[in-house]
Amino acid sequence: MFNISRRQALAASGGFLGSLLVPQRFASAAVGSTLNIAYNVNLPSFDPNIGPSSVNPTIQAIYRSVFDQYIGQKPNLSFEPGLITGWGWNDDKSKVWLDVREGVVWHDGTPLTPEDVIWTIQREGKPDGGNPVSFIWAGLGNFKVDGKRITADVLNYDPVIFKWMAFLTGYVLPKAYYEKVGPQGFEKAPIGTGPYMVDAYEGNAYLRLKANPKYWGGKPAFETVVFKFVPDATSRVAEIESGSSDITLEVPYEEFDRLKSKAGLKGVSTPISDIGMIFITNGGIMDDKNVRLAMCHAVDKEAIVKRLLRGYGVPIATLEAPEYAAFDPSIKVPYDPALATKLLAASGYSKEKPVSFTIQTTRGFKPKDYEMIQAVVGMWRNVGIDANIEIYEIAKHFELRMSHKLAPAAFYNWGNAIGDPTCSTGFAMFSKSPHCAFHSPELDARIGPLWGEKDEKKRIQGWKDVDRFIADNGFVLPLIQYVQPILYKSGLKVTPNETGALQPATLVSKA
Amino acid sequence: MLFAVVANRIAMALLTLAGVAVVVFVLLRVVPGDPVAMMISPGAGPADIAALKAHYGLDAPLLTQFWIWIKGAVTGDFGTSITLHVYVTEVLASRLPATLELAIAALVVAVILGGGVAIAGTLMRGTIGETIIDGLNSILLAVPDFIWALALVLLFAVAIPVLPLTGRIDPELAEGFATKFYLTESILTGRFAVAGDIASHMIMPTLALALPLAAVIVRLLKQSLKEAMLQDYVLLARIKGFGELRLVLQEALRNAIGPTLALTGVQFTFLVGGTVIVERIFAYPGIGNLAIDAVINRDFPLIQGLVLLFGLIFILINIGVDLTVASLNPRLRHG
Repeated sequence: MFNISRRQALAASGGFLGSLLVPQRFASAAVGSTLNIAYNVNLPSFDPNIGPSSVNPTIQAIYRSVFDQYIGQKPNLSFEPGLITGWGWNDDKSKVWLDVREGVVWHDGTPLTPEDVIWTIQREGKPDGGNPVSFIWAGLGNFKVDGKRITADVLNYDPVIFKWMAFLTGYVLPKAYYEKVGPQGFEKAPIGTGPYMVDAYEGNAYLRLKANPKYWGGKPAFETVVFKFVPDATSRVAEIESGSSDITLEVPYEEFDRLKSKAGLKGVSTPISDIGMIFITNGGIMDDKNVRLAMCHAVDKEAIVKRLLRGYGVPIATLEAPEYAAFDPSIKVPYDPALATKLLAASGYSKEKPVSFTIQTTRGFKPKDYEMIQAVVGMWRNVGIDANIEIYEIAKHFELRMSHKLAPAAFYNWGNAIGDPTCSTGFAMFSKSPHCAFHSPELDARIGPLWGEKDEKKRIQGWKDVDRFIADNGFVLPLIQYVQPILYKSGLKVTPNETGALQPATLVSKA
Repeated sequence: MLFAVVANRIAMALLTLAGVAVVVFVLLRVVPGDPVAMMISPGAGPADIAALKAHYGLDAPLLTQFWIWIKGAVTGDFGTSITLHVYVTEVLASRLPATLELAIAALVVAVILGGGVAIAGTLMRGTIGETIIDGLNSILLAVPDFIWALALVLLFAVAIPVLPLTGRIDPELAEGFATKFYLTESILTGRFAVAGDIASHMIMPTLALALPLAAVIVRLLKQSLKEAMLQDYVLLARIKGFGELRLVLQEALRNAIGPTLALTGVQFTFLVGGTVIVERIFAYPGIGNLAIDAVINRDFPLIQGLVLLFGLIFILINIGVDLTVASLNPRLRHG
């Protein structure tokens, strides 16, 4: 029998009512031992190497908190030792070697071994294993271990294999533990070697992490980190403004400007490895080079950045952002409406007799995406291009892109956190890639040899030449490089990451 | 008689669910959006794409896929979520309690608020008080739940930050639960401080969902009460010397409640549907929030499970309402 006295009942009622309307933490600069992050996406799965979330760039900050990658990456996109402390090729690039970091332990206290590394690469390389980039990892085989050094044969030469080790699905997993608990067990109780250990998780609500006292990189600054999954931008703004969260990201630029100067708050904005672009699909009207070039020259990207994005964006002429390895500042596609008009006239089009086609765009997926396309369409109209805007969902975009059925023009974004040209120009423009919209044999002939080029200088120069050829032919319309806004309490010190991944262990500390 | 009605409704419910299963399965395959297209890497070749499709069982003919799914669904196995990598049944079981607690809380608030205001409006009929109530109620009726949600966020999370904005519970307190019915369990186990924290997280989403429903209740119940107050039996009671409040509560309300109850049941299904947006705004971990991610990612097994679950909830609510109305109305009970 459950008995409760009047005194107990009164005390309980007081506790209940008291906790009901306890004033929340007002916006103050003070930050305790717990870091609350109002995060913009949910974490669907803890397996960083399998399924849709493994290739979602936004989730990588969480994965990097719990797991370590083979090779690490600094905030400026350069690479640094991770669980692999040294790496390289043999002379003819038929073999690779990897030195595994010593003294690393998994969150369950067992040591990291070279077998963990090999098992992970082999698991990810299985074509039917669910890894979306299994072909990358399948390029290595016949592993041998000698002490801490692993050597492997290169089955398919990929000059970017080491960069992939710091990129999507490049996380080392615990062989013995995973085999013991299985995939579902791993989802319920994941362990890694990362700076934080999973303490509690509620999908669509929060992830609570505790500092790993045995982390090889030193104990993190915060004892506890809570990722609150707040996909609604208005709610994220309210989280930081009310002081309920210590840091947030990807808020509307208007709100960023309003709040960054508010007492107790600070803001930082950095160009990240994510660009907005208009895919041009070959066939029909887009086979006319004059039309394509007119589309490119008619767009005033500076004006879009200045007026629409409040300055938070970087106009780009190629698919390479300034921080990428093959960025070439000498390639320019100037805003020249007179030239655009002339090009269109050469093909028989004018403002009175415009060329017409459909442009697809998302709405609300990226900052001002629809508004940007409205502005572009307005600029096109001034030179004799009449484009009809069609809004599509992300899922539809991917299906159309994979089946080469996008509209003649289609706006979307493209991330490339390792900054290598293969992952931007290469995969976006090589017709064998399922994501390429403009299929051009001439372009393929230029790109093809670069996939296997072993001379790094030649390889990068080759991609620069390809980018120039693309710009000269208007095969794609790169628009802007995105800028990521981060708001945080002034009691924090935040180092922005050019990949856009806001990992608390290395980038956020007390001021 | 009642048994026959219930048996008939259950048979109809099963047929409806079977129809929903077919429709959602076909619809998902017809609507653009391929889950594999969303995860393939730019460098993937046709063989890689085929391997991924095979991994998720999307390479088989549609009829085979449907047969595999429906066979499992009958035994409670809805497959494995593509994005979450866990069994759909397990995910639904862990998320449903949050939505149920929220929806029931919203219903209770709506009934108390709507019922109370309707009775007050009836007592004040013909006065300025009634005009004010009608005016305010018109505003409540015109504003949808997600606008209420945003307004509440600005009011109670930013302007006067007294309520937690997102989540279901303070992460530091979310321990020691045997079930996912956090509020119910914490009350039953005497953890009142925890219950208070959970309740404080629920206030804003509950109000956002409850206010539009309360407005509907006010409008219908007040109208029914006003009509009932003109009936002969009320006049007789008035002659007997009953006070105005007693007349409304004891005489008019019993006869006016039927239509309101039936409509409230129907509106409750809309309220459950409204949890999708409201849960998203408040980052509340229920099936509504889950549904948005499932649709964005084209997580076919999860969407199918969610739609069937929503269908089942709607059917159960309707059966429950029908039975309640029948039990309250002698003509229906014996008819």
